[in-house]
Amino acid sequence: MSEALAPDAPVAAPRRVTEEAPLTRYLLIGVAVAFLGLFLLLPLAAVFTEALGKGVGAFFATFDEPDALAAIRLTLIVAAIVVPLNAAFGVCAAWAIAKFSFPGKSVLITLIDLPFSVSPVVSGLVYVLVFGAQGVFGPFLKAQGIQVVFAIPGIVLATIFVTFPFVARELIPLMQEQGTVEEEAALTLGASGFRAFLTVTLPNIKWGLLYGVLLANARAMGEFGAVSVVSGHIRGLTNTIPLQVEILYNEYNIVSAFALASLLAGLALVTLGIKTLLEWRYAGQIAGRRRH
Amino acid sequence: MADSTPVVKKTARSFPAPSVIPGFAPTFGFTILYLGLIVLFPLSLLVLRASELGLSGLYSVATEPRVAAALRTSFFISFAAAAIDVVFGLVVAWVLTRYEFPGRRFLDAIVDLPFALPTAVAGIALAALYAPNGWLGAPLAEYDVKIAFTRWGILIALVFVGLPFVVRTAQPLLAEIDAELEEASATLGASRAQTVWRVLLPPLLPALLTGFALAFARSVGEYGSVIFIAGNLAYISEIAPLLIIVKLEQFDYAGATGIATIMLAISFAVLLAINLIQAWSQKRFGHV
Repeated sequence: MSEALAPDAPVAAPRRVTEEAPLTRYLLIGVAVAFLGLFLLLPLAAVFTEALGKGVGAFFATFDEPDALAAIRLTLIVAAIVVPLNAAFGVCAAWAIAKFSFPGKSVLITLIDLPFSVSPVVSGLVYVLVFGAQGVFGPFLKAQGIQVVFAIPGIVLATIFVTFPFVARELIPLMQEQGTVEEEAALTLGASGFRAFLTVTLPNIKWGLLYGVLLANARAMGEFGAVSVVSGHIRGLTNTIPLQVEILYNEYNIVSAFALASLLAGLALVTLGIKTLLEWRYAGQIAGRRRH
Repeated sequence: MADSTPVVKKTARSFPAPSVIPGFAPTFGFTILYLGLIVLFPLSLLVLRASELGLSGLYSVATEPRVAAALRTSFFISFAAAAIDVVFGLVVAWVLTRYEFPGRRFLDAIVDLPFALPTAVAGIALAALYAPNGWLGAPLAEYDVKIAFTRWGILIALVFVGLPFVVRTAQPLLAEIDAELEEASATLGASRAQTVWRVLLPPLLPALLTGFALAFARSVGEYGSVIFIAGNLAYISEIAPLLIIVKLEQFDYAGATGIATIMLAISFAVLLAINLIQAWSQKRFGHV
């Protein structure tokens, strides 16, 4: 018998004083897994199941619809405008805030974070107040024949607003931590300011930048509330994917609604995947994790 | 010598503080310009419009029965959802940081799903799950429990939305707990439950309060994940953000502005509360 060969057969090590009893531990793990399963995994599974509920054919038929294609195109256009703008802003803001010291800095950081504490619906509403028919610039714009609200510019502006802080709040703490020593060295060695940024700063912040861009992009493509207020819901023209999902769902076109939704759910999963990967591999090079 | 360049000594405080790093003016200028145009100008216009209504105008908007009902619904259910998130979020954070088990890393990554999943997608998924013919709705219907298209549906959606805020604020603190404290507590004769309750949890309190406040603030403003499952019955399951849209569709700009201002004031109050919690925590526990 193999036990005979091992005279001091392993006895379960006594529980350490800083651990819970096994039963408590299993119970807590059970509660956590059940809760996450019920509230997070089940809805996610429902999206894909409903999308494929009437077979693969019905799923793909969704993407033959011109309105669906127009929605996908508009979503991509909006993200392509919004994400680079906010990334450029994030880099500029982080440069000014992290590399220099000036009074009022913490107020500025708070103001940059402001859009996160505003309800998406209110974010859309403020642009209606500025550019809408009864807004400050409404009559002027109408006279010029320019439409902002209930048209694409309004959607872009509202999306910029809701994704405004993502890149900046990722980069500011990261660049503050990195200080200015390396840039100073580059400048002493004769690099121009811009060259120092490109060859010294940018490589230092690239993963943090990617992290912020990733989150901003996911939000830009998926934003619903703010865009819903300013879009006007014109099919084929001012509907982004989330708005098209709403319309299809309200028409009881369940399979198509979930098929389009599964596109966004897939994007969310890819985003989470890359985000997790960045957090594991480059934990020290992204500010990530602690701040949301 | 007359032609030597005088050494300029700046005695006045300069803005920014002197530095060899170039590029302050353009980056700072762009930051202020962009922030002003995109965020500050539109938001201050909202405040301006609200000030035109005046306090009495705001009061009459807030006390209009349908608005009052929607604000009550939003606040009470958001409060309940944030409370549920604190309890289960703490358990989830505890399990994810302190135990090793298969699938832990996957679950840890998936906690952020409510941040990444578009709200409309979450909304229709939850509505489908809890509808009377859904995976969860059908078995519940046999016991005459209705979730979708009632206030319970709103609660479910808001628990979903707020969960990561609590988990992510509690997790880093749980990871940093000093093992020596636990050992000291145990050697002094405390039971494990006493150690957890009286040594480990108190320093977590500020993080849990912050998580609660963040989840609450997000829930009050949440729109997309709620409207599909709520049923949106005026006076019963209508949330404040939805009522803003209803008012806008009726061209009642004053009403929409009024509700938006009240919600904005609540968000600022919550932000202030978070800052106070963190200042207190810094003083009491030496960490945020």
